[in-house]
Amino acid sequence: MENDITISVKGLTKRFGNFTAVDNISFEVRKGEIFGFLGANGAGKTTAMRMLCGLSYPTSGSGTVAGYDITRQAEEIKRHIGYMSQRFSLYEELTVKENLTLFSTIYGMTSNAIKAKTENVFRILGMENMKDAPVKDIPVGWKQKLAFSAATMHNPEVVFLDEPTGGVDPVTRRKFWEMIYRASSEGMTIFVTTHYLDEAEYCNRISIMVDGRIKALDSPERLKEKYGVKTMDEAFRIVARDARRGE
Amino acid sequence: MMNIRTLGILLRKEILLMKRNPFIPRIIIAMPLLVMLVLPLVVNLDVKNVGIAIVDNDRTELSRRIASDMSASEALSVKAIGFSYEDALSLVENGKADAIVVIPADYSKKLSIGGEVPRLEVDANGVNATKGMIGANYAAQSAIATLKKWMGEQAGVEIDAYGGSVVNLFNPTLDFRNYMIPALMVVLIIIICGFLPALNLVSEKETGTIEAMNVSPVGKFTFVLSKLIPYWIVGILVITVGMLIGWLVYGLVPAGNIVSIYLAAILFSLVMSGLGVAIANSSSTILQSIFVMFAFIMVFQLMGGLFTPVSSMPEWAQMVTYAIPPRYFIEIMRSVYLKGATVQDLWVQYLALSAFAIFLCGVAAKTYRKRS
Amino acid sequence: MSIFVSMIRKETLHLLRDFRTITVVLIMPLVLLLLFGFAISTEVNDVKVVAVVERHTDDTRQLLEKFRVNSYFTFKGTVPFNEVEPLLRAGKADAALVLKYDGDRLCHQIIVDASNTNTAQTSTAYIEGVLRGDSEMPVITNTLYNPQLKSAYNFVPGIMGMIFILICAMMTSVSIVSEKETGSMDLLLVSPVRPRTIIFGKLVPYFLLSCIILVLMLLLSYTVLGLPFSSSVFNVIWVTILYILLALSLGLLISTLVDNQVAALLVSGVLLMLPVIMLSGMIFPIDNMPVVLQWFSGVIPARWYISAMRTLMIQQLPVSYVLTEITVLAGMAFAVMMLAIGKFNAKH
Repeated sequence: MENDITISVKGLTKRFGNFTAVDNISFEVRKGEIFGFLGANGAGKTTAMRMLCGLSYPTSGSGTVAGYDITRQAEEIKRHIGYMSQRFSLYEELTVKENLTLFSTIYGMTSNAIKAKTENVFRILGMENMKDAPVKDIPVGWKQKLAFSAATMHNPEVVFLDEPTGGVDPVTRRKFWEMIYRASSEGMTIFVTTHYLDEAEYCNRISIMVDGRIKALDSPERLKEKYGVKTMDEAFRIVARDARRGE
Repeated sequence: MMNIRTLGILLRKEILLMKRNPFIPRIIIAMPLLVMLVLPLVVNLDVKNVGIAIVDNDRTELSRRIASDMSASEALSVKAIGFSYEDALSLVENGKADAIVVIPADYSKKLSIGGEVPRLEVDANGVNATKGMIGANYAAQSAIATLKKWMGEQAGVEIDAYGGSVVNLFNPTLDFRNYMIPALMVVLIIIICGFLPALNLVSEKETGTIEAMNVSPVGKFTFVLSKLIPYWIVGILVITVGMLIGWLVYGLVPAGNIVSIYLAAILFSLVMSGLGVAIANSSSTILQSIFVMFAFIMVFQLMGGLFTPVSSMPEWAQMVTYAIPPRYFIEIMRSVYLKGATVQDLWVQYLALSAFAIFLCGVAAKTYRKRS
Repeated sequence: MSIFVSMIRKETLHLLRDFRTITVVLIMPLVLLLLFGFAISTEVNDVKVVAVVERHTDDTRQLLEKFRVNSYFTFKGTVPFNEVEPLLRAGKADAALVLKYDGDRLCHQIIVDASNTNTAQTSTAYIEGVLRGDSEMPVITNTLYNPQLKSAYNFVPGIMGMIFILICAMMTSVSIVSEKETGSMDLLLVSPVRPRTIIFGKLVPYFLLSCIILVLMLLLSYTVLGLPFSSSVFNVIWVTILYILLALSLGLLISTLVDNQVAALLVSGVLLMLPVIMLSGMIFPIDNMPVVLQWFSGVIPARWYISAMRTLMIQQLPVSYVLTEITVLAGMAFAVMMLAIGKFNAKH
């Protein structure tokens, strides 16, 4: 059972001056799970995720990702994860193919593997005709799929997605989630932050963050059951009732 | 920590981005043209057309001769010869004259009596420092030449007691442009290799792409190197364009070895791009990084000995120039270009540039943070 | 009106939060003043001389002694003739004096490093002077308005001409464009606040910052730098305000023409800053330039401002001496302002 845990966090805290962005959170994520981090803007989701990815030092608390310590072994962690942020982290002036080659080389893939994998990605996404187009010229929905592919090319153990579907229509969002499911079925653990409540339903388990703390953590079904409601929307409203931060 | 393959792909990315940027390739070509073709016309300390107002209180043959010699001089143009200082001063106030030459009453009489030498007075308009300073010198020199000749004629002897000659080594035609052009290539590298890397890195911060790099296993030295190395290439390109213009437009070719110029250019590009990256690391906005860089560049240009010689500065300011990297590069460029100096002649300068390059690139790598 | 005030407050806070930029903007004029006051000098005061003496006699010893004691020279000793060129090449000496006898007559040759023509000519003149035995120059040179040429206040007009372009044109255009980039400008524009109010709200803090710098520079000039105080200070102030308004309009105009920060920087840097530094007469005299560049300098606002400031502030002459400059500046300010407001309104 122990070996099944990919992410484990205890008492993780981040303070900026006297503002506590993330306040003493603890949780565990199992291998292959799709774990949702739900919360309003400013609830501390992104800050928590940045600490797990080794982009930010925790003020206190400890944790491991893919077996590495988040405080001391951040660079090791970076070899074993993929990351996609709400702002597109692809280079707009580079072509689709150049971007994929860039990121997969950085993650240490061999030239042959890169070649095979990019062909595969283009085929699955149906992007063969766009591979030489600069990223800035392709539609937003495609950019997101591409960013996700770039983050998962090297088969990372964990993929961190920071509000990956911001600003796209529900149909595109659905398609995007299909990609997430496919990655999960290949054994990758997915850690995703979102403030779309319908997306929460797609996760195996979700944690609801309010004002830097985790106020609820369970599968969507159990949460709805616990609060005696039919939708995640209602459940979230009950949990986040006394939020001070946010919009 | 260093991974050659990663470095290779990052360099490829930088160069592709540079090539596709709408401005950068144009700047690399246009900047040298602008600086090398326009600046030599502007940076011209050979002052011409210095307006002179003469106040002649002596009114003798000698005083008239001083005046006519000045009008004959190429650099000076006599605007008025009068008898009142007020009239002359108002010419200066109106901007019509730059200096006033006052020949005191009984000047030639006192001069022929001997004893205490009477003084001629040259008042320069100090408002325009360069023109006033140099113009007044010209006027003084012209007057001295006239006096020398005149005294010689009076005494019937040659004033120059010694037979003498002057050899102008390294720049026999005394062309000021030959002195400026090698230094202007330094200006080019200061501007291009200073601003561009800073702009590049802060833009990555603002667009957020740097996040994707920080969350990847790219080592920070590899990443910083990928930001610095392209500017070696840019530095070499810029200096090549500069040397070509120097040769084709001004007919100036280095007297020394071209390799020693390229060596210094590469070292100095590293100094500037290291500084640029270090500034960008500690800036959060484009504006901030540009303003800090601008402050550095102004100090570099004024203190590097570019327009005015370091040896003319006061002692403390000369001490400060040891900490100004372009000082060494300017010395190298001028010495190699005009004097044909070698790396052995200039090893101190090369050593200083290397030390600055290592130091600043080290600071750039050290201050680059993958985590906050 | 209260919307306007709160806009200004927001913008001022935004400006003050960028502590580093503010520091650079406030410190830079002072540092430039110091550097211009000291670094820009073509005075030759330390010529490193070596001598080549064929045959030592009382005459040659006497001559060399004169170089040893003269404060303009550093006498580096006597060397053999074949070492002269390497010494000059390595920059260890600036000039060499070769003394030899032609029969009984002592002849000299001055070999000078002529790479810097100005220094070379002056050094030669100095050496010839010593050889002639001049104890003092028969001509004295004074500087009007500026007793020691080093008086740094001469550079105050040039520095102000540059710094106001930096703040009002560059900073303003980049900060407006950065709001366009992040989209917060759209947010403001869809709000009930009128576009004109938004723009003036953005401009006022930069105007105030410029006024603070004006006050600092004036205080410094009239106290530390010892510029004599007179009523011309009022003329200095209102002409400067005219120039600041012109520079702000330029900044606004640039911000309507481009839509990203890098472009705003390049446009204001290449089209405004470079010409100000090179062609405004701030460092290099305008009438030394080729005629075409002199004409071109006519379209650079800083040229007219600096010229007016030199007359009003340094020479302390009445306004009637700078009517041309003021007319040109006012005309430019009006034209650019109309153009900028027109462009802005056309867009929003």
